[in-house]
Amino acid sequence: MAAFTLTVNGKPETVDVSPDTPLLWVLRDTLGLTGTKYGCGIGQCAACAVHVDGEPTRSCRITIESVAKKNVTTIEGLSPGRMNKLQEAWIAEEVPQCGYCQSGQIMAAAALLAKTPRPTDADIDAAMNSHICRCGTYSRIRSAIQRAAGTTRVEAER
Amino acid sequence: MNPQGLGNGERGSVDRRQFLQIAGVAGAGLVVGIHFDEAQAATAPADFAPSAYLQITPDGTIRLFADHVELGQGVMTSLPMIIAEELDADWSKVKVERLQDNPSAWPRGIFTVGSGSVLGSWTPLRRAGADARMRLVAAAASRWNVPAAECSTENSVVKHAASKRQATYGELATDAATQPANANPTFKDPSTYRIVGTRRARVDIPSKVNGSAQFGMDVRLPDMLVATVLRPPTFVSPIVSVDSAAALATPGVVDVVQLPRGVAVVAKDTWSAIKGRRALKVVWNDATSAGYSSDSIRKAFAGVFAQNSSQSVTNKGDAAGVIGAATAPISAEYELPYAAHAPMEPLNCTVHVRADGADIWAPTQAPSQTQQIAASTLKVPVSAIKVHVMMAGGGFGRRANADVVTEALMLGAALMQRGKSVPVKLMWTREDDMTGGYYRPFSLHRLAGVLDNDGWPSAWSHRVVSQHALGPGDSVAGASNLPYAIPNVYVDVGTGAATVPVFAWRAVGHSGNGFVKESFIDELAAAGKKDPLEYRRHLLAASARSLGVLDLAAEKANWGKALPAGSGRGIAVHNNVGSYCAQVAEVTVRNNEIRVDRIVCAVDCGTVVNPDTVAAQLEGAIIFALTCAMKNEITIADGRVEQDNFNTYPMLRMSETPKVEVHLVKSTAAPSGVGELGVPTTAPAVGNAIFAATGKRLRKLPFRLV
Repeated sequence: MAAFTLTVNGKPETVDVSPDTPLLWVLRDTLGLTGTKYGCGIGQCAACAVHVDGEPTRSCRITIESVAKKNVTTIEGLSPGRMNKLQEAWIAEEVPQCGYCQSGQIMAAAALLAKTPRPTDADIDAAMNSHICRCGTYSRIRSAIQRAAGTTRVEAER
Repeated sequence: MNPQGLGNGERGSVDRRQFLQIAGVAGAGLVVGIHFDEAQAATAPADFAPSAYLQITPDGTIRLFADHVELGQGVMTSLPMIIAEELDADWSKVKVERLQDNPSAWPRGIFTVGSGSVLGSWTPLRRAGADARMRLVAAAASRWNVPAAECSTENSVVKHAASKRQATYGELATDAATQPANANPTFKDPSTYRIVGTRRARVDIPSKVNGSAQFGMDVRLPDMLVATVLRPPTFVSPIVSVDSAAALATPGVVDVVQLPRGVAVVAKDTWSAIKGRRALKVVWNDATSAGYSSDSIRKAFAGVFAQNSSQSVTNKGDAAGVIGAATAPISAEYELPYAAHAPMEPLNCTVHVRADGADIWAPTQAPSQTQQIAASTLKVPVSAIKVHVMMAGGGFGRRANADVVTEALMLGAALMQRGKSVPVKLMWTREDDMTGGYYRPFSLHRLAGVLDNDGWPSAWSHRVVSQHALGPGDSVAGASNLPYAIPNVYVDVGTGAATVPVFAWRAVGHSGNGFVKESFIDELAAAGKKDPLEYRRHLLAASARSLGVLDLAAEKANWGKALPAGSGRGIAVHNNVGSYCAQVAEVTVRNNEIRVDRIVCAVDCGTVVNPDTVAAQLEGAIIFALTCAMKNEITIADGRVEQDNFNTYPMLRMSETPKVEVHLVKSTAAPSGVGELGVPTTAPAVGNAIFAATGKRLRKLPFRLV
């Protein structure tokens, strides 16, 4: 066990955990931020995606030691208190089914749009391909990203 | 108990006296019982209380208490829509709440399975809503001294236009409770529907977009421990020895507990539990597992065909005779591997076992069964068990099985006996979940057919050997009731035994039989040199609903329009869960790589309550089935499952996902099932398209050209 300090959603946090603890479990168990999910533990599904210094990162694959002193943003910190434009697009397109993978999906989409405000289909594939959705909401995820980016005429109704 | 976010709710325990108290309490408003199973309700014991109810409170809130579980299929929205329609309610005031369980309730609680939630709720909810509406009108009419027939309802308000008077449902609720119940209330004319059939935003979605939704994995309680279990890697190997020293020495680990099937490592937090288990040394007696493999299972199942132990389930005409006498019968063997459910949220259950009862937090598809199993496992009354139903990160059937809860309760009970009566979260890692069994069964299918001189089938024989997820009847679901107009049809089912546990997987027996029958009918069409669509249309002439979806899918897919070389179209049609579905798949094959370009799907599910939810369920089921058709299989070697995570059991990714279009046939029939409807026709539509593109017939999943 050792003490590590990092910033999470704009707030400094000091945690006393084993240095090899994946950031995922520090977020969920130590800090109680359960919006970031465990899906596989080996970086295959990206349900655990957060932003580390703005970059989309699979939190199951990095240790607390390696993110000490860095800025971490989780789904809870993406837009505290209100839904942002991307989240509103997600709701308008009725994207989630079970919802378990969606935090990671939204974090990746947010990072994509921050870098590439008008992504092409290929940009979306590249950014989102590391994310698994077992309920099969991929096409709606794509529509929500395009809706938030303003790159597709929105369908009036399905 | 997690206060923030949206869970599925909790179930406690209420007996008939308490139910009447709820109904009679000052301020309770109007309470109407709901009977989901009329036949069972008719034979209820004398002291029964309804297993669900509707309450309209004086502030106008409309609460539906029912047992259905939200898995992302939208029931928390669809069920209130049905009530709101018949009640003529303000939609924004209708909420679903978790039922307070009633151990003397008749019938028992609901399993959220079998695509049955809307189907099973349609009439009971409308009856309750219509009864409540009529009583509210009666209360207003009595208050204003006018005929009820002159009153109208809209948006939670009763109006008497002639005297320009109105009152809200909240204002009338208490008086309505004194009005007599209507045994056969008048239902609304569907042409006047304002809510059913319209797109309503799903109430569970916002919490799934901001991280606040509470899944079983998210449970956090004071003093809670976290455990993982090392289970026999071969499903059957007994423990020879356990060396727990290194596990117990791992920081954070508080105990190691042997369970009937495995060894639990219990710790203060998840990472410690995972590391502690890595340090656990267990020796298993797996002497019987050497050489036990998918190959040996296949051989054993194949041997059953010759054993004369198969049970005939369909025997129309004399298929055996016609096939035996034919000069050139067409025959084929199909195979389906084990398939894992692989929900995104791995299995888990949190329990707090005490001497006098228990609390259970579980993402379960069967809350009432969970409560009853807990009572019998712990030998306490059902009223001593409280089930908190959490959001489930995918179910697909796996979360209706009692094994997860039972194991957690045994651990909780063992810890209590050791003086640790605290909540414990038993979590399955992805590896545990994937290698943990209860798969869709392995099955072999032997098909034979004979064509008459015009190329139409005169005989069809389908022999199934399966491990039976739910019994032999389910293993021939969709096969035994072959809808094609063939004069001689024989179907039988044999039991293949294996040590790999199996259970219901989305669409259950229909998933395998849909693939097999829709592929073999395609083989016969090819042998008869006829177009696959026209072949099916001819043989399904008596099934208007089959024709309806076939024609709609074919039309929207431009069936018959030329495709470039290397591309092909395939079609399939099937019915399950009371509904009909046809799919047309377009694939392109290049260098033996199969790319699914587009899937067009037509659905007849009767009256559509929430059209977007129906579309989403079909889109999702198609991706689910396509993943199984193209990407993965569970295989066994030396008794062990060879796949343990998404690197070896890959999932379809966004870039591989075809365009999927869903078209709904308009219908005023009662709603029928949707959740599992999209599965059976996906694999055969794709397989038939591969045949059209390449001339190669693939009879095994996942599809491989080399």
